[in-house]
Order: sequence, then structure tokens, then C-alpha cells
Amino acid sequence: MTLSTAVEISYLFSSVLFVIGLKRLQSPATARRGNQLAALAMFIAICATLLGNQIAEWNTILIGIAVGGIIGYWAAKTVQMTEMPELVGIFNGFGGAASALVAGAELLRLQSLNVTSPLGEGLSIVLSCLIGTVTFSGSFVAFGKLKGIVSGNPITFPLQKTLNAGLFIGLLVLGGAIMGLFQLGDLTTLNTFYIFTIAALSLGILLVIPIGGADMPVVISLLNSYSGLAASAAGFVISSNVLIISGALVGASGLILTLIMCKAMNRSLTNVAFGAFGGESIIGTQGDGSEKIARPVDAEGAAMILAYAQSVVVVPGYGLAVAQAQHELRKVVDNLEEKGVDVKYAIHPVAGRMPGHMNVLLAEADVSYDKLFDLDEINDDFDRTDVVLVVGANDVVNPEAHNPQSVIAGMPILDVDKAKSVIVMKRSLSTGFAGIDNPLFYMDHTLMLFGDAKETMNDLVREVREA
Amino acid sequence: MSEMLVGIYVFVLASLAGREVITKVPPTLHTPLMSGANAISGISIVGALVVSAQVDSGLAQWLGGLAIALAMVNVVGGFMVTDRMLEMFKKH
Repeated sequence: MTLSTAVEISYLFSSVLFVIGLKRLQSPATARRGNQLAALAMFIAICATLLGNQIAEWNTILIGIAVGGIIGYWAAKTVQMTEMPELVGIFNGFGGAASALVAGAELLRLQSLNVTSPLGEGLSIVLSCLIGTVTFSGSFVAFGKLKGIVSGNPITFPLQKTLNAGLFIGLLVLGGAIMGLFQLGDLTTLNTFYIFTIAALSLGILLVIPIGGADMPVVISLLNSYSGLAASAAGFVISSNVLIISGALVGASGLILTLIMCKAMNRSLTNVAFGAFGGESIIGTQGDGSEKIARPVDAEGAAMILAYAQSVVVVPGYGLAVAQAQHELRKVVDNLEEKGVDVKYAIHPVAGRMPGHMNVLLAEADVSYDKLFDLDEINDDFDRTDVVLVVGANDVVNPEAHNPQSVIAGMPILDVDKAKSVIVMKRSLSTGFAGIDNPLFYMDHTLMLFGDAKETMNDLVREVREA
Repeated sequence: MSEMLVGIYVFVLASLAGREVITKVPPTLHTPLMSGANAISGISIVGALVVSAQVDSGLAQWLGGLAIALAMVNVVGGFMVTDRMLEMFKKH
């Protein structure tokens, strides 16, 4: 068996381990093992590559591995769980950039050998550079929006779509030109390639700036998919199946999550991408002008209602995470469970800032994962639930979604208004991301527990214990 | 062109396999799925190593080294942060 056969077999083994690793993510019980298998697969692929290639110069390679490894280690150890969307966002960007750089370095290498190259090779290089670069610059804008460095509001200007379309056509023309020049072995390819890269960087920025901050979870998921496709394209550049396979897996994963998030917000992908919706300060539709009265309750009152219920469902929203009150919430639930109350958590897909984010935040607060239920699993249970405790959530429990005239019409919601009583813990009666009023707050069986989530939750811990 | 065609076969089949496996991942694990997938997309490190192995000077070497570093951030950071999250998922 030759060395290159051994390397290819290692790559095949890695590819299989990646699929098995992802398969194990189908249950929280096996997921950690699955991730470790995928990490092992990566380790094997890297070792096979290092051992199977004649290395012209080791220093750059070792420095690159060390620097990247240290930064990755540091980022993984220090990141707060609330900052996961930012971390994934920036990592998407790095992945895209790496694939684009592979294409660039390969182009330069072929150029220095002064050889002509088949059309397929040129196409792969152009695609890898285009997808990778768009992912890179788009991810950094998304990161900036999540961090608040770039305005979360949609940034729009006249003729924006025309400009984007023009830029895209320009990229196709330039890409075609590069492939043609490349086939002729023409040295001017390089300048064209630089212009192409700059145009692709601009396209990434322009595609993400008109999308509102509230839609960033969809954007992050989509860029996740792109970073996989970029790796696949880089696989075509160097004719490596392990890159093509792994990239395709990531591409599929990102696309599935994107579609799930779109469905959860009842929006099409085109609407998210071009709708310029989901800013932080959209002015909502006014109510019918009639006087609406919300009934307030204090922590003691709320504690009595909760402690004497048989079944309670907690609906956490991002307000809970902002206030860092997950641990206090868990203490309230612990106390309720000691009193024999059956407690479940209902998690809406867009409860956090990325798919599944709220589940991670609750897991961090040591909430058992078998108490977390998603929308489809729990929606039929609400009419048999005594009390629903809504903490820092708004749009995802807004019954207006069932009103065909509403801007959020058709959005899948948690039907908490079907429960016998509802306690909403919230800072004020202000609107959510969608900017519309929530009739749930004014229903007869709804009580409003106003205040900062963390302080109020602390009061609630004490009151429930004494109740 | 035939090599490219084989690549397209592999890509299409891997995408279908990915779809089958990933649609069954429960919503509670979607964040770790995304960060884990992110780490897997760091596979471009193999590409970066293959290209870097063949050059020993000039801009190509710099680009290769940078690609290695960026992909490595993805690989190490992605797998580690995913592990950190999955460690917290407990049933009790």
C-alpha cells in the first residue's frame, strides 16, 4: 500500500466518523460523545495530511497551527453562553476566509509554476474564493450587529437591490474572465483576481447590512451553511473528497437550521434577506383605542398562585438571559417541585438569539434537559395547565399571531392563553421585536408581575419557599 | 472534467446524508449542532496544509499560513466550545 493510499483511507475513515459523530447529536445523551468523535475525525485528517505530504517548509505550518490553536482554545474557554451567536458568527467568518485563502494560495502557486489550468480548476478556485469571501465579510457584519458595533436596524439606501444585483453580475463576469485567462496561463489573472476578491468582500457586507438585528439568527445559520459550501468548493480546488464531504454536511446542517428559523418566524428566506424587517425600533400598529387594563400582581401573590398549582409551564424568553436570571428561575422551579408541583419548560425556536440558544442557557443553569419541550411537543398541553409563567418573552406568546390582519399573523406561537391562568414577568408593557401590542397582557386570566427579571425572580424564590 | 464530476457525485450524496442525519437532531441541541458543524467546516485546514506544503516562499506561503491559523481557530475553538455546552446537558 502506497503512502497516498494510506492517506486516502484515513480521509475516508474521517468522513465516516464525521457522519457518525453528527448522528450521535440526535440525542442529548450521546451528543457529547458524537462531538468528540468528530474532533477525533478532524485530528486523523490533520495528521494524515501532515504525514502524507512532502512539506517544503515546516515553520509557517507549525506557527499557523499554534497561533490558531491558542486563539481557538482561548475563545472556547472564555466565551459566555449568552455570547454564543457572536462566537459562531465570527467562526463562520474564519471558516469562510480559510477556504477563500486556500483558493488564493493555490492560484498563486499555479501562477508561479506558469502552467495553464483546466476550466474545472479555475471554476473551483473562483467559487471557493467567492463563497468564502462573502461568508467572511458577511459574518463580520453579522457579528457587529449582534455586538451592537453596527446598528441593529436595517441599513437601506436607494437602489440597494440594483447595486447588489449589479455587483453579483460583475462578479460572474470577472469570475468567467479569471477562468478564461487562467486557461491561457495569462499573468494578468492576478490583478483580476484581486478586484474579484474586493468585489466579493463588498457583496458580503451589502447583503447583510439591510437585515435587521432580530433576524441575525437566520443570517448566522445561513452563513454557517455558506462556510460549509466554501469548504466544499476548496475541496474541489485541491481535489479532496474529505473536504467536499465535510463541507456538504455543514452546508446541509446550516440550510436546515435556516429553514427551521424561517418557519418559526413565519417568514420566507427571501423575505428575511430582502425584507429589511426586524430592526429594533419598528413602530407598531396602534390598538383600537379602547382602554385596556393590565392587572398587576406582586411576588407574594404570584408565589401563592404558583405554589398551589398542580401543573406549571415556564416560558423563558431572551429577557431572562439578558437579566442573567436563569439560575434564580431554576431555584423557583426547584422550590415548586419540592412542593409537588409538576413543572415543564416550553421553548420557542426563536426564544434565544440563535437556534437552540435558550436550551443551552437553561442547561448552564443546571435545568434537566428532559424538562425542556419545544413548541410542537407542548402546545396541546396548555389547556390542561394551571399556571403559565412567562419570563421576558413577548412575541412568541402573542395571540395576535392568530389574527389574520396582524403583522405577525401565522407565526407559530406558544398558546399560553389557553392555560387557566398566566403570570407574565416583564419590565414594562413595552412591545417585543415585532413592535406590536400583546393582547395576552390584558386578558382576564393574566396577571402582570412587573420588575427586573433577576430581582423579581429572587423575591419569587423567597416567597415560593414560604408559601 | 471527470475528476470534477466524481466530486459532484460525492458532494450531492454527502449533502443527502447530511440532510437525513441532521433533520433528526432535536431543537434542544441546535446550538451545539451549529457550533459543532462550524468546527467541521474547519476541515479547510486540510486544504490549507496541502497547499502550504507545496510552497516555501512568497505571498502564497503567507496566505497558506493565515488559512491554517484561521481554520485551526475554527477546529480547536469549535470542538471545545461544543464540548463545553454538551457537558452541561444533564438529565436528573
